This record gives sequence, C-alpha cells and structure tokens, in this order.
Amino acid sequence: MGELRLMKGNEVIAEAAIRCGCDAYFGYPITPQSEVMETLMARMPWEETGMVVLQAESEVAAINMMYGGASAGRKVMTSSSSPGISLMSEGISYMAGAELPGVVVNVQRGGPGLGTIQPSQADYFQATKGGGHGDYNLIVLAPSSVQEMNDFVDLAFELSFKYSNPAMILTDGVIGQMMEKVELSDFKPRWTDEQVEQFNGSWAATGKKPNRERAIKTSLELVAEKQEKINEGFQAKYKKMQEEEVRYETIKCEDADYIIVAFGVSSRISQKAVDVLREQGHKAGLLRPITLYPFPSEIINQMADHVKGFLSVEMNAGQMVEDIRLAVNGKTKVDHFGRMGGVIATPGEVVDAMLTKIIGG
Amino acid sequence: MTEEIIIAGFGGQGVLSMGKILAYSGIMQDQEVSWFPSYGPEMRGGTANVTVILSDERISSPVLNQFDTAIVLNQQSLDKFESKVKPGGMLLYDPNGIVNPPSRTDLKIFKIDATQLAAEKGQPKIFNMIVLGAFLKARPLVKMGNVKRGLEKSLPERHHKLIPINLEGLEIGEKEIVEVK
Repeated sequence: MGELRLMKGNEVIAEAAIRCGCDAYFGYPITPQSEVMETLMARMPWEETGMVVLQAESEVAAINMMYGGASAGRKVMTSSSSPGISLMSEGISYMAGAELPGVVVNVQRGGPGLGTIQPSQADYFQATKGGGHGDYNLIVLAPSSVQEMNDFVDLAFELSFKYSNPAMILTDGVIGQMMEKVELSDFKPRWTDEQVEQFNGSWAATGKKPNRERAIKTSLELVAEKQEKINEGFQAKYKKMQEEEVRYETIKCEDADYIIVAFGVSSRISQKAVDVLREQGHKAGLLRPITLYPFPSEIINQMADHVKGFLSVEMNAGQMVEDIRLAVNGKTKVDHFGRMGGVIATPGEVVDAMLTKIIGG
Repeated sequence: MTEEIIIAGFGGQGVLSMGKILAYSGIMQDQEVSWFPSYGPEMRGGTANVTVILSDERISSPVLNQFDTAIVLNQQSLDKFESKVKPGGMLLYDPNGIVNPPSRTDLKIFKIDATQLAAEKGQPKIFNMIVLGAFLKARPLVKMGNVKRGLEKSLPERHHKLIPINLEGLEIGEKEIVEVK
C-alpha cells in the first residue's frame, strides 16, 4: 500500500509525474490547473530525480519543448486548461504527425474563447476529434477521481510510448480542484541514457548509429504518395488502439433499462442520480468511458440491443452524445443533458433529465 | 454512513481550511472523503463555500444539491443554503450579522456565537475551529483525537505551534453551542 494523502487533483498530477519517472514538464500557468506547476516548483524534483520543470514563455513554446524532449526519447509532460490547449493544438498535431510520445493534461474550463474559469467538458470534440489539423487521434483518458489523476499519469505515458503517439488526460476544474484521499504510486526511477537507448533507440534522436539511418523527427513529407503511406500507418495504429485499449466502467448496468453515459466529474454526479432513480423504482445504470479515444462503442452497441434508452450527461452542449448515437446506430433512444459555460450539473437535474427525456419522453 | 456537508461564509473566515481539517479527520478514521470548493474569481470578503463528504463507502458525486448539514457563517450563505438542507437535517449558524434567522421547522437548528467568542479570546483566527468544535459536538462524526491528527496532517510543520490554540477553539465550540430548536 502506497502513501495515503488528502490532495487536490492538480497536485496529484504533479506528484504522479515525479513518481513515474517523468523527465521534463513544460507549462504555462492558467486557472484552474495552475497548482500542477506550482506543486512541481515547490517540490523541486530537479534536486531529487533530475526532472526538469520549466515555465515556458507561452503554451506554444511549452508544446514545442515537448516536441524536442520527446524526440530525444524522453518522458515529457505539459498541462494547461482549455484556451491554452487551443494554443498547443498545432504542436500536438505535429507530435502526432512525427509519432512522438508525450502526455498533455487538459483541466477543462468553460468556453469558447477565454470563457470562464469554472469546470467544463466542452473540449471533448477538441480532444477526441483532432483539435489540430490532419487525420490524427490522441489517446484520451478521462479520470473521474483524484485517485485516477494519480493512476492515469503513468498509464498515459505507458500508452503513449507503446503507440508512439501523444496521450491526453482530459479532466475538468472539479477533479482538478477537489481534494480526495489518494494512494500515491511508488517511485520509479527516470530512465538512464542507456535505457532510453535500449527502449527508444530505434526511433529517437539519440545520435547517428552505424546500424540505422539518422533519426529525423518531422511531420513533413512533400511527396503525397509517401504521406499517404504514413497516414495508412497511423490509421493501422489507431485501429489497434480501438481493438486493444478501450477502457470503461459499468455501475449497476446488469439489469438496467436506462443507461447514463458520462465521463469525468459528470460520471460521479450521474452515479448519484442512478442511486436516486433506483430508489424511485427505475432500473438505471451508469456506463463511464475511461478512454474517450478509443471510445467504448462496442459495449454501447451491445447494450442498445436490450436497454430502453441512453442519456449522455456532459458539461457541454452535446458532444459525446454524437459518438453514442453512432454506436447505438438507431437501435434505441439517445438524448443529452448538459450545463454549459462552467455551470456544474447537480444530481437532481440529471434525475429530472432522465425522467423527462428518456423514461417519460 | 454518509454525511454530506456544506460549509459557507465569507472568504477569509477559514471556511476551506475548516473543511480540509474535517476531511483529514475522516481519513484518520479510514473514511472516504471529498472536499470540493466553489472556486472562482473570489477573494477575501467575497463568499466562499466548500462541500465536504465523509462516508464509509465510495463517494459518488462531490457536487450536491441537497445536504445533511449546512454550516452557514453569513446571511448570504444562510439565504442560499437553508432551503438545501434535507428534511430532518441540521443547520448550524453564527448569529453575527444575521438579520433574518433560519425559519424552517423541519430541521435541527443550532447556533454558535463564534465571531464573538473568538474576539473575546483575542484570537480571531480560531473562529473556524470554534465553529468546527460546535459542529462536532452536535454531530460527533469524527473523534476529537482524529481531529487533532487531522490538524497535524493539514497544517505545515512550521505552524504546529498553533495546534494547542486551535484545540482550545474546538473546546470552546463544544461548550458554547446552543440548540435553537
């Protein structure tokens, strides 16, 4: 059993990065995630593990520092909140195009534009459908507790190196700002130069070797046919993710007639709503996607054969609901309930939405 | 057992830290806890509130629209949260600055004159501990020994010299709480 503490989600992201052997963090402050860098600066991991913590001059600089560190085969991380992620999107697309690993944390706030500083989930499309340009996908993990803020940092690194693709932890201002009991991971040492060579030497820019071409980490390829081949490689990789990496949790779904689909803090709020609906005699259940990309389409499609309806609960105008509709493919009723702009839905509102839109609708 | 609590008052009254100490006390006795602040462009003198949940089971929503207990420390918070206490629940308030006292008849209502008591003691900063002591007298959710351990955990070491005065605050609260109805 690891160390038990009461911590904010944002603080845990920082601690987990240090403990999983992260080599460098580059970031720029923005509410509601500034505690990530504050915690790192206060912890001074450069004295303990040699991890670099650097406040960049902007989000654009931070993501390009990520590109550099990742090109050298190192574990690099950044974090920001919605407007900052928009600034990073060009760099994220470049990393995906150059097949570089790395972890980007988005503690979402209300938008669009500068929006508010309160919690939101309105960046679902941005995280799962691109954000930057081109046919690429990120591995997207959605923690719903402070404990998962700890666990998913290491998992995101693991997946991102496994697929040579950037991974995003898509969370929100509630999970970032709330404190819960957390069992911190044990310390893993950072990779030595020899280990970087051993694990990532085949692709990383670690110096020209006699047995391979020099590594040039770029997303540029001027010959269209060659670029198409590269894209085919990406698509094969994404297909493998869809086959092997889908993660989700089901709560009280076994006998459920009505399923709420929700991620992050909305799944916690919805879990309470499920309990209330059950007390009222409605067989409700909760499906919580843990990976938003790859999306758990198959289980939703299977459930659609026997349930009477799905309600997507998201703090946005209705984004994930589109993926649910695609998965359900017309087999049963699908609707959406959400609050926008930084307003947090309450369990009571979710109960009402289920009653009016799905059960009675 | 699950206890869902809202603590609300002015920024600077120690609302958030009171919630944190309560949450840490819960951890000390192996409970699940959550602490979620209303955060926003808020500052000293503005309103601040925090939802604290202590439970023997996995906690579902950290965000609530109804509470077992409301601890309200100014009129705005009383106006906002009195209606959100579950029937049969508890409301604890500090009468300082309260013009319209709580009016519901289906709640257990207590008051603690913490502003006054802290001022008499010449220690305005133990205000929140007086309130916490009063709350725990009425709702003994966590043992006092665990509150002390919670205090040790949540205060940085350099502030540990302040623990005795904080414990004194808790005792004052325990002693001076008044049941209104």
